[in-house]
Amino acid sequence: MQLYDMPDARGHFGQYGGTFVAETLVEALEELRVMYEKYRHDPVFLAEYAYDLKHFVGRPSPIYHAKRLSDKVGGAQIYLKREDLNHTGAHKINNTIGQALLAKRMGKPRVIAETGAGQHGVATATIAARLGLECVVYMGSEDVKRQAPNVFRMKLLGATVVPVESGSKTLKDALNEAMRDWVTNVHNTFYIIGTVAGPHPYPMMVRDFQAVIGVESKVQMLEMVGRQPDAVVACVGGGSNAMGIFYPYIDVPNVRLIGVEAAGLGMETGQHAAPLTANSPVGVLHGNRTYLMQDNDGNIIETHSISAGLDYPGVGPEHAWLKDIKRAEYVAVTDDDAMAAFHNLCRTEGIIPALESSHALAYAEKLAKTMSKDQVILVNLSGRGDKDINTVAKLANITL
Amino acid sequence: MSRIQSVFSTLKQQGKTALIPYITAGDPHPKFTVSLMHTLVEHGADMIELGVPFSDPMADGPVIQRASERALMHKVGLTAVLEMVKTFRETDQATPIILMGYANPIEAIGAVAFADRAKAADVDGVITVDYPPEECGGFVKELRAHDIDPVFLLSPTTEPKRVELIVNQASGFVYYVSLKGVTGAANLDIVEVASRVASIRQQTSLPVGVGFGIRDAATAKATAAIADAVVVGSRMVLAIEASNETNLLSNVATLMAELKAAVDAA
Repeated sequence: MQLYDMPDARGHFGQYGGTFVAETLVEALEELRVMYEKYRHDPVFLAEYAYDLKHFVGRPSPIYHAKRLSDKVGGAQIYLKREDLNHTGAHKINNTIGQALLAKRMGKPRVIAETGAGQHGVATATIAARLGLECVVYMGSEDVKRQAPNVFRMKLLGATVVPVESGSKTLKDALNEAMRDWVTNVHNTFYIIGTVAGPHPYPMMVRDFQAVIGVESKVQMLEMVGRQPDAVVACVGGGSNAMGIFYPYIDVPNVRLIGVEAAGLGMETGQHAAPLTANSPVGVLHGNRTYLMQDNDGNIIETHSISAGLDYPGVGPEHAWLKDIKRAEYVAVTDDDAMAAFHNLCRTEGIIPALESSHALAYAEKLAKTMSKDQVILVNLSGRGDKDINTVAKLANITL
Repeated sequence: MSRIQSVFSTLKQQGKTALIPYITAGDPHPKFTVSLMHTLVEHGADMIELGVPFSDPMADGPVIQRASERALMHKVGLTAVLEMVKTFRETDQATPIILMGYANPIEAIGAVAFADRAKAADVDGVITVDYPPEECGGFVKELRAHDIDPVFLLSPTTEPKRVELIVNQASGFVYYVSLKGVTGAANLDIVEVASRVASIRQQTSLPVGVGFGIRDAATAKATAAIADAVVVGSRMVLAIEASNETNLLSNVATLMAELKAAVDAA
């Protein structure tokens, strides 16, 4: 089997990815590409990154055998990669540390970020505080309202949170606004993108920084069950936690890789955020070519998911590629099924999962039922659900 | 010779600089766009840059973003924009029309079909903000095959080696973005722009237009002295935004007359 070696030198995964940006950003991306090439294999840089992952984040995150859940579901054994136990409560910090260390080496005193649910914003504000960098986070004004605790966390960490009023006032508009800031302040500013999207080298760089999830998993699974899992399941919005756990497994035969998108109110309603599952048309947004939810005029349409972190009309270009070459499978889970899986994990295992990760859990339950008891599913539990308790309470008509 | 080339060559003989106003198609309402275009021409537009509304205009400042949102409220997409150009051409076959927009609406139609339809509507040039030359070789070939000029942006950060790459793909003219930032941003440094335009001229014989940051008669005049074309976008859209149905055309005419006088006085 030929070893997987993507993307190409200009960031293409087949027809996907690339560098679709205005001329003003080309030079900045070239500078970033060159610097990342310089440091991605640099032992001193990697040692510093590894040190922070261990002592600041608390890695390696454990893998946990969810026995009661597995028994209850009946079928394959479900194991959880506990990214929820990371500092700041999700996988996002793996990437922000890597990019912030790069920003320091590039002499950029200011970092900016976009955020939807606020997890990436918090992870960026956290490392900015730790490294003494100025931090500005763009967040759709709708999300600012929905995610007030995370907004306050970012402010406690010294970041400036800018509510974005344009477009649909959500994640994609926050990304547009961060790009506009970057174009204007490119001389002193590093843009820390939170997912495996954006122009090259972001999809590759974010994947590389998140790959620690899969690298650890391969070692831990051998230790715990003596072999690799039959299936790895992860939720996909932009797709960074999924890419992080999938990537080290791409060349491992007989491990199914399954990305779970948000089916929202149901695929048939059109109210979802699942461009891969829906086979949406291919287009260009936020610097790369990928599957995109759009209308006939090529305008991006509004997406729906109960989980703000999955509420994105596109998807990382490498997922688009893995779908086309059939190395990964993509499915979607509705708001209702994700909520059921959320409550299930709370009650059977004493773990409150993020609503994003609950999508992966929901599909894992469904899949486990079709498998035998000696088979193994590894779920990337990408974040903890403390941030979601207001949303969950509201659904039950409870005021906190 | 393309319509764009012939306008530039005529102006050059007259020792004049082109004035290119930008409006977003469908703003403030699709029913005004064609009359706005004729008004622009009557009051001194040598060419028109017609913005194609897009849901995610990443390179645009708040003024043009709002214009895009107003147009999208009336569902004005690329197909509707091409229809507007067709209608405009019924009474004006002389003024070059340059579409300016983002890649995805073109991707949604497909490069070949887009070029066919743009040609049928008699479009002269296309600026696609997020199609750098490395990513749009096939598209440029299609435009060329249909005698449509692919117009590219150059920025203050574009290195000479890249200028070379870009001018080799471009035709009609090149568009120098006079500042780092989005459309309608802060003041431009005219000395800096003059030196960049001079160095671009050493690398190409294509006319050089300058835009982004031209906000009044004074900046238009200063820019006209060093460029082959002055592009005015956000200022034009602001005038549209500040108008109502009854004074829309007269406000735009007044602004155009001021800008035209300034450009001609350079």
